[in-house]
Amino acid sequence: MAIVFERPKALLDVPTHYCPGCTHGIIHRLVAEVIDELGILDKTIGVAPVGCSVLAYDYFACDMYEAAHGRAPAVATGIKRAVPDSIVFTYQGDGDLAAIGTAEIVHAAARGEKITTIFVNNAIYGMTGGQMAPTTLPGQVTETSPYGRDVNTAGYPIRVSEMIATLDGAVYVERVSVDSVPNIIKAKKAIKKAFELQMQGKGFTMVEVLSICPTNWGLSPNEAIKWLRENMIPYYPLGVKKDITAGEVK
Amino acid sequence: MAKKVLMKGNEAIGEAAIHAGCQCFFGYPITPQTEIAAYMARRMPQVGRVFLQAESEVAAINMVYGAAGAGVRVMTSSSSPGISLKSEGISYIAGAELPCVIVNIVRGGPGLGGIQPAQSDYFQATKGGGHGDYRMVVYAPSSVQELVDLVQEAFDVADQYRNPVMIMGDGMLGQMMEPVEFKERQTTRNLPEKTWAANGLRGRKIHNVINSLYLKPEELEAHNKKLQQKYAEIEKNEVKYELYNLENEVDIVIVSYGTLARICKNAIKMLEKEGIKVGLIRPITLWPYPKKAFDEVMDKVKLGFISIEMNEGQMVEDVKLSVNGRKPVFFYGRSGGMVPTPAEIVNKIKEIVGGAK
Ligand SMILES: Cc1ncc(C[n+]2csc(CCOP(=O)(O)OP(=O)(O)O)c2C)c(N)n1
Ligand code: SF4
Ligand SMILES: [Mg+2]
Repeated sequence: MAIVFERPKALLDVPTHYCPGCTHGIIHRLVAEVIDELGILDKTIGVAPVGCSVLAYDYFACDMYEAAHGRAPAVATGIKRAVPDSIVFTYQGDGDLAAIGTAEIVHAAARGEKITTIFVNNAIYGMTGGQMAPTTLPGQVTETSPYGRDVNTAGYPIRVSEMIATLDGAVYVERVSVDSVPNIIKAKKAIKKAFELQMQGKGFTMVEVLSICPTNWGLSPNEAIKWLRENMIPYYPLGVKKDITAGEVK
Repeated sequence: MAKKVLMKGNEAIGEAAIHAGCQCFFGYPITPQTEIAAYMARRMPQVGRVFLQAESEVAAINMVYGAAGAGVRVMTSSSSPGISLKSEGISYIAGAELPCVIVNIVRGGPGLGGIQPAQSDYFQATKGGGHGDYRMVVYAPSSVQELVDLVQEAFDVADQYRNPVMIMGDGMLGQMMEPVEFKERQTTRNLPEKTWAANGLRGRKIHNVINSLYLKPEELEAHNKKLQQKYAEIEKNEVKYELYNLENEVDIVIVSYGTLARICKNAIKMLEKEGIKVGLIRPITLWPYPKKAFDEVMDKVKLGFISIEMNEGQMVEDVKLSVNGRKPVFFYGRSGGMVPTPAEIVNKIKEIVGGAK
């Protein structure tokens, strides 16, 4: 019997700690499939953040780091500079990347570090129990915005991909979503392209993935998918924000 | 024998690191250590190595974490406010047991403080500036040659124990021009292969993970116990100090380190002429602290010990712990960038000796 579906080699055969319905698992799988397809498991090094995906170092089969909160792009910079022939990726949540780690991500991108960032935007601090993130939508209720995010006092969400796309060092930035099968397929294509451009030594690449947190949104997984579609995608439009290879003849 | 060259302390730090095989340097400008970064910016590309100016000290120390975890020799340098920012990263580096060298050319604090020489980061360096039960080897050289030798030693010690090592100096040492020799040195240490490094599987079967997270209390405690064993090993093997003018009985012993210890030696010569006999314990490692130096000289000391520092009284606590009530302990300090003069030290010691007579 032919095997048509199996665990990617880049993922270890261990149970994950993610909540039922959480899309972190899908995103892990997409990254792992890309590593397999590109045949780069042997020289890939991943950097896990502080956030729900803190234990990603136990799940990916490549060499892994656990970084301090927000510092993954700096850690990845150190790795890539020390071992230039490696393929380095960071996997970061929105609190990690867009709040405490804003300086690190902006400067890694501005320097054109040859790394790939997988930015998982679920509009909330998942791990600490659902507090407001820089990406929390106006009016969104969280533990620390109990009356809904009031833009007069808490300001506005950051559209990170659009911001990073303005930097010359960033060569490829795309926002994708994992709310549907077609979108998951697009997400994988984007991740693959980001890794490929890193392998070609082009510069900094980032894929922002809109993701759900049913637990802290207080919704069932299905309701959460619906909420993402109806609320997040309008605020965070999907698509390529920057691609220096656009128009290149293949 | 290699020939001697005249070099500034700050530049000598850079050259010594290059001699020691430092592959990556990550820095951020801050007075009075910026010349280290400038030197590395010039020299590292010449030898095909990495210099990178980070966006902050926070980023720089995390770049160190990345490079050290990949198994290469790496250094960063800063001065007091920058070391405060690095402290988070130093704690992670200690927790993940990564070897690296951190230079602190100390300036006066607290806060933005000043830019003049000080020793007010003694607590931060030796008692842990960052969180958690960790220790860092701290060297306090007092001449440019010693600085060069200790930078090279620091890389070896860091690799041997998989631990961060700090070189602590001040602006005087950084600016001082002295003749130095970069000896072709072969380490006598048995440096373990870095089989733990996360630099890509490259045929290895099991992935390496650089990490300081242990969610299970029993595991974190076991990790802490293992670290403590390592620290005990370092305390046993790596203590360094100089005893000066302590062959015979003395009235009092000065305890002082770094450039200030040189000033104290001048004061000791001046006091000698007035018939007051003074010895000096100069800690070269601030951690592990040279407690045994005190045991060695205890019987030769008439009046006690005086800790002389460029702060308001930090190392004096370790002096008291080392003396452990066997003799009186005195203190004299200047801070904020004020450097005690030999005459000031002479007066202070005469006051103590006179009072006792
Ligand atoms: C320096 C520091 N500050 C705060 C924390 C607590 N903390 C842990 S995870 C987290 C938020 C993570 O949220 P996000 O990055 O959005 O990831 P998610 O859990 O949503 O995937 C915070 C604030 C920490 N570990 N370290
Ligand atoms: S808390 Fe939210 S982000 Fe974290 S694992 Fe659960 S569902 Fe996923
Ligand atoms: Mg989040």
